[in-house]
Amino acid sequence: MNNYHLSHLQELEAESIHIIREVAAEFENPVMLYSIGKDSSVMVRLAEKAFAPGKVPFPLMHIDSKWKFKEMIQFRDEYAKKYGWNLIVESNMEAFKAGVGPFTHGSKVHTDLMKTKALLDALNKHKFDAAFGGARRDEEKSRAKERIFSFRDQFQQWDPKNQRPELWDIYNARIHKGESIRVFPLSNWTELDIWQYIRLEQIPIVPLYYAKERPCVEIDGNLIMADDDRLPEKYRPLIKPRMVRFRTLGCWPLTGAVESTATTIEEIVEEMMTTTKSERTTRVIDFDQEASMEQKKREGYF
Amino acid sequence: MNQISHIQMDNKLDIKAYLDADEQKDLLRLLTAGSVDDGKSTLIGRLLFDSKKLYDDQLTALERDSKRVGNAGDHIDYALLLDGLKAEREEGITIDVAYRYFSTNRRKFIIADTPGHEQYTRNMITGGSTANLAIILIDARKGVITQTRRHTFLVSLLGIKHIVLAVNKMDLVDFDQQVFNNIVADYKMLTDHLGIEDVTCFPLSARDGDNVVEKSEKTPWYEGTPLLEFLETVPIHADRNYSDFRYPVQYVLRPDLNFRGFCGKVASGVVRKGDEVIALPSLKRSHVKSIVTYEGELQEAFPPQSVTITLEDEIDISRGEMIVHPDNLPFIGRHFTTMLVWMDEEPMDTGKQFFLKHNTNTTRATIAAIRHRIDVNTLEEKEGKPFQLNEIGQVDILTAKTLFFDAYAKNRQTGAFILIDPITNNTSAVGMILEPLDESALENDLVPTLDLKKLGIDPEHYDAIDIAVKELARQGLEVKVVK
Repeated sequence: MNNYHLSHLQELEAESIHIIREVAAEFENPVMLYSIGKDSSVMVRLAEKAFAPGKVPFPLMHIDSKWKFKEMIQFRDEYAKKYGWNLIVESNMEAFKAGVGPFTHGSKVHTDLMKTKALLDALNKHKFDAAFGGARRDEEKSRAKERIFSFRDQFQQWDPKNQRPELWDIYNARIHKGESIRVFPLSNWTELDIWQYIRLEQIPIVPLYYAKERPCVEIDGNLIMADDDRLPEKYRPLIKPRMVRFRTLGCWPLTGAVESTATTIEEIVEEMMTTTKSERTTRVIDFDQEASMEQKKREGYF
Repeated sequence: MNQISHIQMDNKLDIKAYLDADEQKDLLRLLTAGSVDDGKSTLIGRLLFDSKKLYDDQLTALERDSKRVGNAGDHIDYALLLDGLKAEREEGITIDVAYRYFSTNRRKFIIADTPGHEQYTRNMITGGSTANLAIILIDARKGVITQTRRHTFLVSLLGIKHIVLAVNKMDLVDFDQQVFNNIVADYKMLTDHLGIEDVTCFPLSARDGDNVVEKSEKTPWYEGTPLLEFLETVPIHADRNYSDFRYPVQYVLRPDLNFRGFCGKVASGVVRKGDEVIALPSLKRSHVKSIVTYEGELQEAFPPQSVTITLEDEIDISRGEMIVHPDNLPFIGRHFTTMLVWMDEEPMDTGKQFFLKHNTNTTRATIAAIRHRIDVNTLEEKEGKPFQLNEIGQVDILTAKTLFFDAYAKNRQTGAFILIDPITNNTSAVGMILEPLDESALENDLVPTLDLKKLGIDPEHYDAIDIAVKELARQGLEVKVVK
């Protein structure tokens, strides 16, 4: 018995760094998709680690649905500047100018146009041949079956029944022109691993994850924070200050807050371990239909 | 007042202590294999459920789904929790590898849940390639059947060191010790034949939880631990190869003129600062100047760490090349014999030039000879014909570039490769190398030679030619340059 021992987090970190470097070496034009959430924050730090003391050889891209929390945008810009990232921001401006939003068009139309279509257009525009995403297999059932290198055809679609075998740490990166690979370096991390890593590495995250008194209104059973004045008139009188935090971050009208007093990572973890709802239940988009995430993934959404 | 703040403080200390302990846990990757009806998903569901990692709303969704499509009568159908995809829910079977995560106070676990039926051998191979341990499920009423043999053979082929034989549905044979003992005896004959040493057997009822997390009162004759306790404590640390240093260069980092770092994951062995190393294939020697990470320099690096190595001398090493110790070299060559599993719907075509990916190296390769196929049901050798989907056998491979490899049995990291179809780009086959083959009889037609002097090329163009040759190498083609 020797002392060459890695903890599970060190092993996961080494695996992720290996995946990230493999993409940088094998693809001509990779990009790291950045959602500004806690998983993205970990993925971005792993990329910084993979190429230290050098700079990360690919850009960071945020698909801005134009309905993100203001604090997210502020955090994004500050982080990218501080750590010297080349940040690309893309939006579906056509749909935005046409007034598309979750309150007027519903979550499905909004997500299709402002997230999925915006993402696909941006990937095509920049001709990225590989895109990193921060998805984890423990998040949701259809993700549990996805490869780390997930092949997408020329329409960016995923075919769950026809995935390439993926063995050891040998990743098949070969594609034809127009096809691409989505890469998930955090595939084997769990939610607890992410928090634990953020705690140990002191990785900056958006303050919305911590509890604070915020102006909220209850809409269809979800606690929605009034982040800007696009909240429809009818809800405004119902706004109340509530002590809340967010377990996931996305478009503010589609992301439910949870009541909480957790203001440190330890308290968040404690809350997470005693809580009765899994992470994604605060996301309105997952409930559109049964197996809805699988459907969205087939269409090209992560 | 004082008392309350004291309790709160205690709480905080508790969670911090929990996280500090959690941080130290190691990771066990396990594969589960069994027939459709062996209760495999039920066992995994039980492990997840009983280790209290099931969140309430997942349970609520489960109860809803159970009423619609469940197979377990009045019981909660744990299998539904695992079968994520719509298509397979309709078919009632698991169609692909699904990964599950749970942790106990002692360890973190990743389960690769793979299907048991014939047409999906490739998924079991996929799920098992990184596993430390395999759980083979058997229905106590049926005993060792063809599928058990097949699964066990695949597990041995993958080099998984530890096997758990889970004899499930013991409730349906009245927890009869004799039934269990007979199955264990049958199974040991099989594993002895395959040379598998570490086999541990458990009498279980996954549906009712007997011997899964807690010892069952219904099996007083069983003296071992419950399954979960075994999974928590089985030593896996020594399974890695710490003796043969192999460092496939993954990426060359040149942030400025003063720093040239070779990024990679330590495949096996240990490297220390100051070690003499040799680069393959150039055979140029140097010493390790530093082992760099984001956190700072390390004195030594070991598998599976991802690090960056700098050398004392400026020698040119590219992706796909390998750094090793000069007194411990891998096989260096272009011709070897290997076990191969065919993973493609399209049958093997020996006339094709495949891409072969081995560690970070990619080369063109052909299947030079088919020695035999193996009947996975009887484990007997069959005539060497081109493989169909899910067929396994022994072939000889010839590559265009020189590879640096070990036998898979000795080194899982440097003995494995994949074959990629050059037209569809699908991963057509995966291989576990047995041994190198003689190269003296090889025609060298796969490696063209450029004699620059003979061709009358001026030395001023040599750099440009080197760059072009490197790019070809990156694409899997080797060109020998004579200057």
